[in-house]
Amino acid sequence: MHPIRKKRLTIVLFLLVGLAIAVGLTTYALRQNINLFYDPTQISAGEAPVDVRIRAGGMVEEGSVLRDPDSLMVEFKVTDFNASVPVQYTGILPDLFAEGQGVVAMGRLNESGRFVADQVLAKHDENYMPPEVADALEKASKGRHAASGSAETVSY
Amino acid sequence: MYPELGQLALILALLLAVLLSVVPLAGSLTGRNNLQAFARPLASGVFVFVGLAFAVLTHAFVTDDFSVAYVANNSNSLLPWYYKFSAVWGGHEGSLLLWILMLAGWTLAVAIFSRRLPAVMISQVLSVLGMVCVGFLLFIVITSNPFDRLLPNVPADGADLNPLLQDFGLIVHPPMLYMGYVGFAVAFAFAIAALINGRLDAAWARWSRPWTTVAWAFLSLGIALGSWWAYYELGWGGWWFWDPVENASLLPWLSGTALMHSLAVTEKRGVFKSWTVLLAIVTFSLSLLGAFLVRSGVLTSVHSFAADPERGTFLLGLLAVTVIASLALYAFRAPVVHVRSRYGSFSREVFLLLNNVLLVSATILVVVGTLYPLVLDYLELGKLSIGEPFFNLTFSPLAVATGLLLGAGIFSRWKKTDGGWLARKLLWPLAISIVATTAVLIGYGGFKPWAFLGVFSAMWVTVATFWDLWEKSSSRKGRLHGLKRQSRSYYGMVLGHLGLAITMAGATVVSNYGIERDVRMVPGDVATVGDYHFVFRDIGARQGANFTAQYGTFDVMLDGERVSVLHPEKRQYSVGMSVMTEADIDAGLFRDIFVAIGERITDEAWAIRLQYKPLVRWLWLGSLFMAAGGFLAIADRRYRIREGADTKVQTDTVAPEPGSATSAGVTS
Repeated sequence: MHPIRKKRLTIVLFLLVGLAIAVGLTTYALRQNINLFYDPTQISAGEAPVDVRIRAGGMVEEGSVLRDPDSLMVEFKVTDFNASVPVQYTGILPDLFAEGQGVVAMGRLNESGRFVADQVLAKHDENYMPPEVADALEKASKGRHAASGSAETVSY
Repeated sequence: MYPELGQLALILALLLAVLLSVVPLAGSLTGRNNLQAFARPLASGVFVFVGLAFAVLTHAFVTDDFSVAYVANNSNSLLPWYYKFSAVWGGHEGSLLLWILMLAGWTLAVAIFSRRLPAVMISQVLSVLGMVCVGFLLFIVITSNPFDRLLPNVPADGADLNPLLQDFGLIVHPPMLYMGYVGFAVAFAFAIAALINGRLDAAWARWSRPWTTVAWAFLSLGIALGSWWAYYELGWGGWWFWDPVENASLLPWLSGTALMHSLAVTEKRGVFKSWTVLLAIVTFSLSLLGAFLVRSGVLTSVHSFAADPERGTFLLGLLAVTVIASLALYAFRAPVVHVRSRYGSFSREVFLLLNNVLLVSATILVVVGTLYPLVLDYLELGKLSIGEPFFNLTFSPLAVATGLLLGAGIFSRWKKTDGGWLARKLLWPLAISIVATTAVLIGYGGFKPWAFLGVFSAMWVTVATFWDLWEKSSSRKGRLHGLKRQSRSYYGMVLGHLGLAITMAGATVVSNYGIERDVRMVPGDVATVGDYHFVFRDIGARQGANFTAQYGTFDVMLDGERVSVLHPEKRQYSVGMSVMTEADIDAGLFRDIFVAIGERITDEAWAIRLQYKPLVRWLWLGSLFMAAGGFLAIADRRYRIREGADTKVQTDTVAPEPGSATSAGVTS
């Protein structure tokens, strides 16, 4: 084969091999590590899979935070004002975690419908709302309007 | 009155930038020297007026002018003066102004330090930089004016700077990062200029090389500072989260690293030209992508600024115009370039090609992981996130492979390397690395496959680098003479590669052997982390400049002796009523001891995070080495001497390539 062509062929082969490895690894890793987001309404309706790592989010229900005095376990309810899901978490909560604030939690739903979180994320500053939570609240509020047919305004 | 002057300065800078992007370019295409002579004064003009605007904004912050909306949103009269200063770039508008100031600064630097470049080249480079300036100045003037006023209802006091940003990290992290991001605009401008006049040759590569290296060095520093800041300020001891915005800064770094290496091949051997140009375009486009991700509000992160769809659209447009225009230019002009030199299938060229393949694969990987959720969300196909496991799983093999290849590549020769010779050469470094890696792993108490691969890769790079230095420095006049004879750019490379090895070793060891414990403690309790005992003595209160704090006192004991006393804090900021955790860290070269207080569980009990972080400092130490290597490399004498020689050489090289030299005239 012509030396230049041979060289080009090697280059192309190298590129293809590299690309193939990258694509292979990416798809494999993607399949393992994608975390879908579910809002409280979806979870309580049973749409979320059990024992799969997912993200859940909403507002921390007022008065729902229960601390275990002897360990780092804490329980609270996450709500979109339509349905609420009990969340259990062991560890340190973020500084801006509080009742009535938006949170996103990562974890698994267990058989009894309790969300066991391994990570809880709160907003970074006063004005910030995680977009998933904002969407979930909006959706829930629309659903409620449709259901009740009333024009009542909801203020958060 | 001052703020209006600032706005006026920005508009003037915009007008000058428009002139800069048109006049010298037109001059270079029509061969009119008097038009080309405008390039340098216009570049200075843009810098002066942007600098003026920046000074005005700084003045507004320092004097607490809360009639300026941006100041009112990001400052407060109680803020210490140094944070008032850094609050200038604490929000979207001001950080954009800093970005533009850096861009204008780079443009000015090109104008000053490229006296020896041919006039045509410098006019085109400065014009392209002018176009980039126009893009960003339009952006700030149209969508993000930092000088908007709150008149007549001037607030009595400001809303305060986000407490997370009240930190030394914020003072230095954004400027370094932006220097890097924006610096790649210079490499981009050189590439575009080379495409316009068809001069993709070794001289072009030599001109753009030092600029690329400096930008890369700044970006390395900026990323490391960000990681360090996250570690002690908001990460609870984490140093890299694969957060989309972190990825946004990593992307141009990865492709910029590839660009540096491919520029080296283009300069030394005159090959990979089209590829190098493409990389320069891609690297700058990735910088723009980063700007888009951070400033459009599509992301949720501590870095993202308040969402405004108009801004996102504008930046997406800027990105699209840049990518489409430069790729179109590339498509038309790149085929003009032809390769004359040959190289074997086993040579330094091929090793560097593989380096590029790996780095570009890593770039693509991070792009996919970062953009995939955004694209799905945009298409309303569902909300999902791609977390750390994905990146750890896919990025680590590429990093290890890059290290392995690097160690072998150091010994390879240009044009042709004998495979058997190389294999024999690598035998000893291989043996040493395996033994040393095993020793390290035993020292940290246990074999883990990933830890072995990571440490081995770092060790391999280190041993090969020193081995090569030892061989190169052998001289009949003695070792010292041999060491002195090596060029600065060689030492730059040595430092850069050692830096990579140090960072890799740090990342591997801290991820595999670090210990993290969250515990519930009451004063008097003792908790154990590894070999260390933490005694929680008591909790106290203190008053800061603009916050009140509760702080714990912890004795850290090792083998019955007190190593240090740590005082982690929980701060309550008076203005926004926000709560902040300030960890306390006993830092060391070989390990960090990290204590942070979480929330109060009962009256007595607190949630406490205790961590043992071996070699965590090496992450940032390695980046310092890399950056130092970059700065050392451009201090190399040959850039100056050869630049002088170029002007002569260049007049000769025009003759054998009439197609490329006259094409500028033809297109006019």
